[in-house]
Amino acid sequence: MRAAGAASRWPARGHAGFWAFAAHRVSGVALTLFLPAHFWALGQAIRGEAALDGFLHWAERPSVKAAEFALVILLATHLTGGLRLLALEFLPWSDRQKTVLALAAGATLAVALAFLLSLV
Amino acid sequence: MSARAETGLWLTQRVSAAVLALCVAAHLVTIVLAVQGGLSAAEILGRTRGSAAWAAFYATFVLAAAIHAPIGLRTVARETLGWRGPTLEAAAAAVGVALAAMGWRAVAGLFA
Repeated sequence: MRAAGAASRWPARGHAGFWAFAAHRVSGVALTLFLPAHFWALGQAIRGEAALDGFLHWAERPSVKAAEFALVILLATHLTGGLRLLALEFLPWSDRQKTVLALAAGATLAVALAFLLSLV
Repeated sequence: MSARAETGLWLTQRVSAAVLALCVAAHLVTIVLAVQGGLSAAEILGRTRGSAAWAAFYATFVLAAAIHAPIGLRTVARETLGWRGPTLEAAAAAVGVALAAMGWRAVAGLFA
């Protein structure tokens, strides 16, 4: 994808591969921004079980639950998009990009639904 | 940065991605199972405290993420913002060190 981008800044805009590329970028940056907060929250355990429980209690509110749901979707998106990239770069599957894309989208949906069902 | 170094970063990004693929898959399964019936500190710490296996897993997970995320951010900064040069390399390295430090601190808190 990078080689194809030599001619323009945003190659193949409108192509399914462009949206896969964009989703991978956005989810990757978002997850990186989230990581410090995640580590800080888990680091509450250093101050003891009560401190960690205090954070978990705060995280019970619906807005945080919604954010957690979004994060799981982002993680699944980046995972499946990354597997697609690794497959495209290291496996001779160039004729099957659409199949790989479909599998990535399907796996993302499956993980998101599994998380959602476990919340109900 | 030399072409050789760029190639090294590209390969490092792919190797860390392969490690993360396994870690993230395990993490997603753990999340789905752990949230059933709600989360509590006792439940989380009951799983992690004194467990060398979980500590090794999360320490590896943190290391792979601390390598992978800054290389990805560096690429995005170069291609989207046009940011290049030593300041970008230093910023990316700082992000990696900070993520590793914060992540390992959290792992220590969950293990000890």
